[in-house]
Amino acid sequence: MMGRPTGRLLAHAIPALAGILFLAAWEGLVRWYDVPAYLVPGPVAIWQALTGDWPMLAGSMLVTLKIALLALLAAVTLGGLLAILFAQSPILERALFPYAVVLQVTPIVAIAPLILIWVDDVTLSLLICAWIVAFFPVLSNTVLGLNSADRNLVELFRLYGATRWQTLMLLRLPSALPFFLAGLRVAGGLALIGAVVAEFVAGAGGTGSGLAWRILEAGFQLKIPRMFAALALISACGIAIFAALGLLQHLLLRRWHESAVRAEG
Amino acid sequence: MQPLVRLAGVSKRFGSGTEALSGIDLTIGAGEFLSLLGPSGCGKSTLLRLVAGLAEPSAGTVAWAGGARPRIGFVFQDATLMPWTSALENVRLPLRLDGRLPREEQRARAAAALSDVGLGGFERAYPRELSGGMRMRVSIARALVTQPAVLLMDEPFAALDEITRNRLNDDLIALWAARAGAMTVVFVTHSVFESVYLSSRIVVMSPRPGRIARDLAIPGPAPRPAGFRTSADYAALCRGVSEGLEAAMA
Repeated sequence: MMGRPTGRLLAHAIPALAGILFLAAWEGLVRWYDVPAYLVPGPVAIWQALTGDWPMLAGSMLVTLKIALLALLAAVTLGGLLAILFAQSPILERALFPYAVVLQVTPIVAIAPLILIWVDDVTLSLLICAWIVAFFPVLSNTVLGLNSADRNLVELFRLYGATRWQTLMLLRLPSALPFFLAGLRVAGGLALIGAVVAEFVAGAGGTGSGLAWRILEAGFQLKIPRMFAALALISACGIAIFAALGLLQHLLLRRWHESAVRAEG
Repeated sequence: MQPLVRLAGVSKRFGSGTEALSGIDLTIGAGEFLSLLGPSGCGKSTLLRLVAGLAEPSAGTVAWAGGARPRIGFVFQDATLMPWTSALENVRLPLRLDGRLPREEQRARAAAALSDVGLGGFERAYPRELSGGMRMRVSIARALVTQPAVLLMDEPFAALDEITRNRLNDDLIALWAARAGAMTVVFVTHSVFESVYLSSRIVVMSPRPGRIARDLAIPGPAPRPAGFRTSADYAALCRGVSEGLEAAMA
């Protein structure tokens, strides 16, 4: 059998190697057929655009990341609190949950123009769009988690005269944590998507504009390498958010939850 | 023997219309080790839940000596531990919910309860790091940490292997005997051998609806002497209870 460190190294080396081969083939084909950069730029041209326009692109990346992360924070706060409220009052859950679903199933591209009309501040309206997309997975997963506490433990708490507050803090919230974290990972990716989509719809330029605007702008100016560079940065942001939330999940659950335990052992 | 709790004319009908218990008259004496023995579906777990106050009878009364329900410890069929925290915190839970003792005192009592069930040194272990038998010991320690007057156990060892079960049986009798009449145990089981080994009294129940079929006193020393499991006395007692159970099922 393969040793553990070798196996882990291979697990990272194989996809990395595949990626390098893919990029090399891409560059080779672009050069061989002499494809103009305004149609399909090669990785080298994209890299040059990325480094050449770095101050501008990095600034835009920070704008997009800021909106995505703030939206995620708002989604966690409001989604989490609403979930706790729902768990305390099933009537409230029955009354409001369907509307949360409506918000979820309506495409953000369709809602975004309305929000842009209603909200004067562009940043705030982008934030609201990203929040709408990110909020539902947090809400629905946390509601599910709060309601899935071990029934016998619930009875045990009752037997010992636990207050609602104690049952919430010591039983329901810890039970909900794995569900919440799974929802958070989904929400992280969605917040970024929401931020990008909203900015596309807004189509607003200026100094404080994010990566989506850079893509639109580069398209207008036929600076396709820069377009690809901006696209790569959006992907990188998504991967970074996903990885960071995965790490958080692992750190919080590794001592007790099956999902994290299996990854370790 | 002082009566501890008296059930008079107790019936339980569920919302679905199923009659789980019918006309139960039962007096449990203080300091007894009483087993409720019967097949699945005879309402023995329901009876235990009524005694615990986790359910209300549809008819009849559950009356405690002294008026109020005393401190109760409850052990489920599964260990029912909180997986996200240590053995010590799991055992401390009842004291924490009660909140009257200072935190350090709660910790000290939880550690003592763990050591009573043979788990000294495992305070920091998480449930998933413990074997099934050890988890059940944590569960028993949690039930005992409040020094309850009544320990209610709902088929606690049914999911364990026989070697572990036998050892836990011995330890349970020792824990009960050490409290010399200060703790009553009501133990639900479907095993004749287990009930005879553990109990000072066995109540045999018959199903659909659950009724009391036999009420048998089990003589013999507690804790059980070495070799009791293979003794002729034990075999004779098991035969008697077995016949009682079969008669109840007929």
